[in-house]
Amino acid sequence: MHIHALDSYCPGTSPVHRLDPRVKLLLTGLFILTAALLPEREWGAFGVMEGLVLLTTLLSRVGLLRVQRRSAVALPFALAAVTAVFATPGRVLWTVPFLGGTLSITESGVVRFLSILARSYLSIQAAVLLAATTPFPDLLWGMRALRLPRPLVAIVGFLYRYLFVLADEARRMLQAREARSAAPDGRGGGTVAWRARVTGSMAGILFLRSYERSERIYMAMLARGYDGTVRTLSPPSLRPTDWIVGALVGGVLGLILLWGRM
Amino acid sequence: MLFSTLHPAPILMHIPDGFLSPMVALVGWVIAAVGVGLALWRSREALGERQIPLMGVLAAFIFAAQMLNFTVAGGTSGHLIGGALAAILLGPWAGILTMTTVVAVQAILFQDGGLLVMGANITNMAIVACLVGYGVYRGVRLLAGERRWGLLAGGFAAAWTSVVVAAVACAVELGFSGTSPIGIALPAMAGVHALIGIGEGLITLGALALISVARPDLVEMGRAKAAGGFRWTLVGLAVALALTLLSPLASPYPDGLERVAENLGFIEAAQEAPYTVIPDYTFPGLSNEALATIAAGVVGTIIVFGLAVGLASLYRRRRAAEA
Repeated sequence: MHIHALDSYCPGTSPVHRLDPRVKLLLTGLFILTAALLPEREWGAFGVMEGLVLLTTLLSRVGLLRVQRRSAVALPFALAAVTAVFATPGRVLWTVPFLGGTLSITESGVVRFLSILARSYLSIQAAVLLAATTPFPDLLWGMRALRLPRPLVAIVGFLYRYLFVLADEARRMLQAREARSAAPDGRGGGTVAWRARVTGSMAGILFLRSYERSERIYMAMLARGYDGTVRTLSPPSLRPTDWIVGALVGGVLGLILLWGRM
Repeated sequence: MLFSTLHPAPILMHIPDGFLSPMVALVGWVIAAVGVGLALWRSREALGERQIPLMGVLAAFIFAAQMLNFTVAGGTSGHLIGGALAAILLGPWAGILTMTTVVAVQAILFQDGGLLVMGANITNMAIVACLVGYGVYRGVRLLAGERRWGLLAGGFAAAWTSVVVAAVACAVELGFSGTSPIGIALPAMAGVHALIGIGEGLITLGALALISVARPDLVEMGRAKAAGGFRWTLVGLAVALALTLLSPLASPYPDGLERVAENLGFIEAAQEAPYTVIPDYTFPGLSNEALATIAAGVVGTIIVFGLAVGLASLYRRRRAAEA
C-alpha cells in the first residue's frame, strides 16, 4: 500500500468540486464559525446545519458513508468534554455511584456535552467535505488569495509535495524493523528503553535523509532558475455562479445564526 | 483504518472544532498570529531563499517522524510530536514555522485538529512547545558546557517539558472554554502527557545522539543561529510561568469540581490539592484570593528567575577562571 491512499481528495466533477476554492474555504470557515457561535440546546439550528452538510455531500457525490467515516476521527476527543456532564451545576438528573461516593449528572451538563459534540461533529464534516472536494494545490492558492503570508504558504506547498515521499520512507523503515525483530508472541523484544533508542535512531536517520534530500531539491531548483519566489498562475476571477453560491450559503448560515441566537 | 497508519496513537493534543469557546479560539489565533509573524520576520532576517525548500521538507519530516513508534506495554506505544526536536535542530524560529505548517496541514488535510481552533493548536504545539523546549535545551546545554551529556540530557528534558507544557496549555484552553473544569483537565492532561513525554524524550534523545555522530555540524546549526542561549532559557521560563499563572483563572464554573468532589466525599482532599487554590472565586471579577494567588506566582517566578540567573553567572565566572 502506498501512503498516497491517505490523501483525502476524492476526484470528481460535481458542482461542489467546481466551486472556486476561495469560496469553499470561506464558506467552510463561516459554517464552523456559525456552529461555534450557536448557543447550547439550539437543536433545531444544529439539525438544519446537519441538513446543509448532508445536502452538500449528496451534491458532491463523494459518498455519505465516506464523509461520516472520516468524521469519526474527532470522537475520541469527546472524552475531554465528558467531565462537563458532572461538573456543570444544574438540575440533577441521575446520581451514579463512583469510587465510593456518588456523581450527579445534571441536565445542563448533559446539554453542554451534547452541544459540544454537535458543534464538533458539524465542523469536522464540513472540513472533511472541503478536503474531499478540493485538490490540495487549489487550497494552497486559495490560501494565498486570502492573503496568508507567502513564505508560509510556500512551506506548506513543499510540505505537501514531500509528505507522501517521506511518509513512504518512514513506512519502509517501520517495515524493515518489523522484519528484523521477530517476536513470536507479539511483544517487541528488548527493553522499552532499547526500543525507544532504536526508534530514536530511526527518527535521526529519517531526519538526515530528509535534510540531504532538501539539499538536492534546492540544487535542482537552483538549476531551474529558482530565486526564492514561487511563481504561480494568477488565480482566475470568480464566476457569477461562485458569487451566487457564496452569497446564498453565506446568507443561509447568517439566518441560522440569527434564528439560533434570538 | 487508513488514518491510523499516519498516527499510530491518537495525539490527544489536537483540539477539534467545537471544544473551545469562540473567545478562546480568537485569543489562540491572536497569539498564533503574533508568534508566527515574529518567527517569519526573524527567519527572513537570518536566512535567504535556501530556507523555504529546507523548512518544507523538514516539516514533511516531522509529519513522517510522527509515524515512528515503539511498543511500551499493553497495546500503548510511544511516539513523537516533534516540537522540541524541530526547535533544537532548526532553531526556535524556524522550528515554530515548521510546526505551524505541520499543524495546519494535519487540520486541513486529515481533519486532525479543527480549523477554527487551529490558532489554539498552533499556540500549543508550535509556539509553546518550541519556545519552552528550546529554552530548556539551551538552559541544560549552558549548564553542561561543551560536554556531550548536555546535548542528550538537554534533548530529553526539552522534549519532555515541551509536551507537558503544551498539554497544560491545552487544558487551560479547555478550562477557559467551560468544556472541562481546569481542576480535572489540568491534572489529567499533565498526567497523561508526563508519560507520553517520556517516549517523546527518548526518541528525541536517540535522534540527537545519532545526528550528533553522523552530522555533528547539523546539531550545532541550530546553536549558531540563536546566540544568547540564556535569553532563550528566560523566554521558555516566562512562557511556562505565564501558563501557571493563567491556570487558576481558567474556570468559568469553579464550583464544578468542588461539587464533584463533595459528591464523591473527598472535598477536604480536593481543597488541599494545588489546583483548587481559589475555591470560591467567580469569573471574571478578581477576588482578593485570586490576586493573592497571582502575587504568590509572581514571587515564585522571581525566586526561580533569581536562582537561574545566579546559577548561570556562577557557571560563567567559573569558565572565565578556567580560561
